[in-house]
Amino acid sequence: MTRRIVGPFNRVEGDLEVTLEIEGGRVAAAFVNAPLYRGFEQILEGKAPLDALVFVPRICGICSVAQSAAAARALADAAGIAPPSNGRLAANLTLAIENLADHLTHFYLFFMPDFAAAEYAGASWYAEVSAQFGAQSGQAGRQALAARARFMQAMGLLAGKWPHTLAVQPGGTTRPLAESELFRLQRIVREFRAFLEARLFGSPLETIAGLDGQTALERWRRQDRAGDLRFFLELADRLDLWSLGQSGARFLSVGAYDEEGGKCLFAPGTWYEGRVLPFDPSQVREDLSHARYASAQTAQRPEEERTVPLYDKPGAYSWCKAPRLGGEICETGALARQLVDGQPLVGDIVGRRGAGVGARVLARLLEFARVVPALQRWLDAFDPEGAWCTAAPLAENCLGKGFVEAARGALGHWLTVHQGRIGGYQIIAPTTWNFSPRAADGRPGALEQALVGLPVPEQGRVPAVVHHVVRSFDPCMVCTVH
Amino acid sequence: MKLIWLQSGGCGGCTLSWLGYAHGPLLEVLAEVGIELVWHPSLSAASCDEALALLEACARGAKPFDILCVEGALLRGPWLDQLPSGNFHRFGGGESMLDWVLRLAMRARHVVAIGSCAAFGGITAAGGNPTDAAGLQHDGEIGGGVLGPYFRDPTGLPVINVSGCPPHPDWITETLALLAQGRLTPESLDEFGRPRFFAERLVHHGCPRNEYYEFKAGAEHFGQQGCLMENLGCKGTQAHADCNLRLWNGEGSCLRGGFPCIRCTEPEFEEPGHPFHTTPKVAGIPIGLPADMPKAWFVALAALSKSATPPRVKENATAERLRRAPSVKRTKK
Repeated sequence: MTRRIVGPFNRVEGDLEVTLEIEGGRVAAAFVNAPLYRGFEQILEGKAPLDALVFVPRICGICSVAQSAAAARALADAAGIAPPSNGRLAANLTLAIENLADHLTHFYLFFMPDFAAAEYAGASWYAEVSAQFGAQSGQAGRQALAARARFMQAMGLLAGKWPHTLAVQPGGTTRPLAESELFRLQRIVREFRAFLEARLFGSPLETIAGLDGQTALERWRRQDRAGDLRFFLELADRLDLWSLGQSGARFLSVGAYDEEGGKCLFAPGTWYEGRVLPFDPSQVREDLSHARYASAQTAQRPEEERTVPLYDKPGAYSWCKAPRLGGEICETGALARQLVDGQPLVGDIVGRRGAGVGARVLARLLEFARVVPALQRWLDAFDPEGAWCTAAPLAENCLGKGFVEAARGALGHWLTVHQGRIGGYQIIAPTTWNFSPRAADGRPGALEQALVGLPVPEQGRVPAVVHHVVRSFDPCMVCTVH
Repeated sequence: MKLIWLQSGGCGGCTLSWLGYAHGPLLEVLAEVGIELVWHPSLSAASCDEALALLEACARGAKPFDILCVEGALLRGPWLDQLPSGNFHRFGGGESMLDWVLRLAMRARHVVAIGSCAAFGGITAAGGNPTDAAGLQHDGEIGGGVLGPYFRDPTGLPVINVSGCPPHPDWITETLALLAQGRLTPESLDEFGRPRFFAERLVHHGCPRNEYYEFKAGAEHFGQQGCLMENLGCKGTQAHADCNLRLWNGEGSCLRGGFPCIRCTEPEFEEPGHPFHTTPKVAGIPIGLPADMPKAWFVALAALSKSATPPRVKENATAERLRRAPSVKRTKK
């Protein structure tokens, strides 16, 4: 058996290393290491509760609004309030724009450049991949970067700036929009839609959102050859990205984007082998047995947990904790959201081909087609005379929890207020679920399982398949370890 | 000029802010001023062993490069045998990021701290500073940091601190462009090493709420239109940056977004000594006064302007949208 430390992975957010145990040219076991610790949960203790809104966005530069939104929800929960309709719509828009921008960054700048790796140089599609998706030089990547910069201008209007806005508050948002500004936002979303329809899909968004299974997808693919999605599907077939990198975990979604009447655009729940069950937050525990923290004997409820770093702890190999839901390992992200929501194309693909690299990327791209029309609907729903932000007075002693779907999946914040100050603050980020180390039972986390069986030589270059599997989760390591 | 960009104890937000650069396609703009990205964690093809070999060659001096950009604070902890281990951030299976940065900084022609974490320690150094985070050449307001107070690059420049949490994409791009064109001298930087082109302005300059400020008509809750300084902790009159002149993401800024300036370009902004969204006052007068303003005059002017506040301004200050428009004056009777 050979042990290889593989890293640093770039084109992921933050720092990542993976230790691979290789036997007979295949990965026998993988140990995922998040090698950075900053201590946000420690820093927050003793602060004024609303100061969390200054600190938590700064956990992460790529999904700062998601952190902000989770904190705002935890504070709203603690105060027992809900934002008015305008505040809810503006918070949806702010979070959805960040999530979509993340999907764009992931596909064009982080994931696709791996197909321009030297080992694929002999492939018939290599010249096109390099020209379109080569890191820095690829035309598609450059166009996506320009489209993203324009799309993020919506954040200037909605949230003042991005990243690290303070606009998302427990009681709504701080930026009331005038009708003329709503017009400007609609312009920006229309431009983004045009980019997606021309460049990514080569089809109207409604056509993509309406594909209800593999048969419909194949029929659509044959119509003509334009669009980056078709190109991705071709690569996925040729390289069998469908069966590659399956985690075998349960899928978790906490539900995304509040609609009127307490519904979500994407429903919450868990999915396992075709069955959907409700998400019960009281079943969440964090196990620290292989994480670099002083730990209690058993896995802790986030409400009771303290974060005490312990670099030299025996047996520990990551700053990432091991969250479990009812003792089970979960995978979270766009694929989980779409499976739990019952989206028929994703359900059919996973049923036939499995929940691997191909399904993860397809689910993410599908969200463009499902969310952009929702953005337009939300922009039409603002009430120019309605309220935006209600006050959120907090009791001296209270607690709250807040859940949102970040681009990468379920994000939870647990807040305890003691004598007017933050007594405890715990965060479980999407990649904390996906890139979790082993728990006390020794069972590996989702990525650790997804890497097992991949062909990796004992020496020499790390093959591209490892990169495909790792990046298919769109990891955000800074959130993971906070 | 060849550029290496490393990320340490930060959030990656400086890079993400930079990618929103709006004055042309970023990669082409860099090429125009002759900047080549040798390695950047979010943008480069080279990963794993290949990336390590490249950085190792640069650190040994075998592969020359020009600019080292560091994003994120340097994490000195945990301390082992009275020495900083840097173990809170290890990079590539072995060395700490602290060591990588020290080795590369000695080979670089210029060293640039991107963001307030790399400049001063920033948000990562807040609270009890659990990781012993510091900036490259400043530990908060104090000169020093991990490179020491006397560090100068081969051209005589100290660490260039493009502060901000995050910095505006223009600040990063324009600093790099000036550097590549040989136009950045020690005189171009202020006493905290920040380029003067953005640090010699105040966030207050160009604030669209200035009429409310003039009349001390404060917002009482978030979402309202009044000045955010009186009640909601805004530090725009004390923060060095041109956020309201240059604007963010097309047409935003913190103040335009309806939330207070937290002074994120300044060292030690992370610990203001009071909750961020409140304005500490003594006898009803805010204790954090505008930069350069004598206190007695401020008190006198505030009292005067408050008594002269037009009803329109007073009413709009605590409303979420304009309730009363400025009156229209006809010149012809």
